[in-house]
Amino acid sequence: METIAQTVVNALVASGFTALMAVGLALIFGVMRVINFAHGELYMVGAYTVWWLYAENSWPFFLAVAGAIVVVGLLGLLMEAALFRPMRENPLGGLIMSVGALFMLQVAAVDLFGVGLMKHVPPAFPGSFQAFGISGAEVAWQRLVVIGTAIVLLGALWFFLKWTRFGWALRACAQDRDAAMLQGININKYSLLAMGLGAGLAGAAGGVMAPLVQVYPYIGHSVIITAFIVIVVGGIGNLTGAVLISVLYSFFHVFVTTFFSGTIATILGLVLMLIVLVVRPTGILGTSEKA
Amino acid sequence: MPKALRLGTLGGLVALVAALPFLLGLYQTDVVIFLLINVIVAVSYRFITLTGEWSLGHVVLMGVGAYGSALAAKTLGIPFWLSAPLAAAFTAFVAFLLAFPLFRMKGFYFLIGSFAAGEAIRLTWIQFREPFGGPGGIMYIPAPEINVGEFHLNFAHPLAFYYLTLAVALITIVVFYRLENSRLGLTLHAIHWRDTLTESVGINNWRHRTLAMVTASFFAAIAGALLGHYLGTVNPPQFSLAVMLYVVVWVIVGGTRTIAGPIVGVTVLTVLDEALRGLEQERPLIYGAILILTIRFLPEGLESLPARLLAWLPRRTAAGGGSAGHPEAPR
Repeated sequence: METIAQTVVNALVASGFTALMAVGLALIFGVMRVINFAHGELYMVGAYTVWWLYAENSWPFFLAVAGAIVVVGLLGLLMEAALFRPMRENPLGGLIMSVGALFMLQVAAVDLFGVGLMKHVPPAFPGSFQAFGISGAEVAWQRLVVIGTAIVLLGALWFFLKWTRFGWALRACAQDRDAAMLQGININKYSLLAMGLGAGLAGAAGGVMAPLVQVYPYIGHSVIITAFIVIVVGGIGNLTGAVLISVLYSFFHVFVTTFFSGTIATILGLVLMLIVLVVRPTGILGTSEKA
Repeated sequence: MPKALRLGTLGGLVALVAALPFLLGLYQTDVVIFLLINVIVAVSYRFITLTGEWSLGHVVLMGVGAYGSALAAKTLGIPFWLSAPLAAAFTAFVAFLLAFPLFRMKGFYFLIGSFAAGEAIRLTWIQFREPFGGPGGIMYIPAPEINVGEFHLNFAHPLAFYYLTLAVALITIVVFYRLENSRLGLTLHAIHWRDTLTESVGINNWRHRTLAMVTASFFAAIAGALLGHYLGTVNPPQFSLAVMLYVVVWVIVGGTRTIAGPIVGVTVLTVLDEALRGLEQERPLIYGAILILTIRFLPEGLESLPARLLAWLPRRTAAGGGSAGHPEAPR
């Protein structure tokens, strides 16, 4: 019973940070038609930013996470302006650019912080509580921060997309880029916005996860695999699908990991994803792709 | 270029490569062996991209060949000369099975799908110590040997292995060159550019894409077997996403327009690696920068460089033949 309760909370935590990653990736693809391979590295930069601001320079934790969002968001803007914009007409070009960015960010982290030394970020909210009031199912408060941050940020994004003119324009770009341009929507401006938002979410995910994991340069690798599985199964570019599948996949993965092993969980996840793609080659909630 | 001159250049190049071990030291011969193995991988990879789909599972299929041949040689005692083709045939069969789900997808879905399939196979090697050896992989794989009567030749020596790899690499290049310039190759090109049109004139796109992937996987598996038997060890990190991305970098930096592209790409980047020895940690940074600069300023790769330079020189505009940036296809 304790194990189940604890695993449920762990799955919720995983859902939160997976959703932050996957929604950002899906948003970027939706508007810019670029699969951002460097998204895991943006997460890594977010984690390092929090380590630097919070653990080294003792900023308040949430201020450090906000700092991570800003830093990674700006990095995203830079990537869009310098790498993705010249490749707008080349569907494969953006992806290749992001692979280049992935390599460069990894080496930058290795050069700046070293590869052997994992950075430990102390928890900002020490102590734990009993999940669902079950004694023995101890859950650290720090884990709740991840769930809370995910709900707040994704809620804010939903509000932004649904209720503001900028959000409408952004969704219009995602639905049909040519039609959006005919309406006078500046595609470059909204690509910047999408990339800034998507990267910012990745930075937030890295920031709130930093105290729960060891921070090192290759931290993004496993994260990006999960995010890819989620957005492909959910239908690339579909934000609702990304959130839904994040939760389903996280529960599946965390439960299999708890009762069997992490590697088996990932293998089964990949196989499940292939099965879904055989049945629906464009994902569960996806529409046909024009690429 | 006239045919005689073209053939002469090609012959000279092959002669130079054949004489290379005598011009280089033992260490450099070692490097060139890996280069030749990578040439097989890059050339076969380009054959899949002819149909317009970019796979991220190619290096793992190479690994299937490496693991297959290693297991056949170690546990069943089959000599390399039989275990490598057997493993390659098995890999081709695996590719055939994977083609069913994968070629239902297109574009990014195919890319991610092929990555998922490959990663699932790779994680299986890590998960199951029996028979795959887990994270450490398989060690003490015997080197190829020839024992005919009094004649004994052990390919553990770099010099012998060099010529073995060179022979396989040349066969690979000739096979893919012939395939591309056959009716099949033309069909593959057509599928790349107009897949609805080819479908409408009665070409089975799925079958052709599958054929391309099965053929390419067969040769990648041979390359994997060569790698395993030369190093004496195979392990999961040799076939990770990072390695796959390096293959993509070679092919893109070299260019995909002709078969020379991937060969140029892998050669230039290998030479660069050697020139930058001691800076291994910075290698991905350099690769990343080269990749970004290539796709930005030389989207057709290094192989388009000579034509571009020629186009800059304002001489013999008519006699040069062919317009800027579009060299005639080699015959």
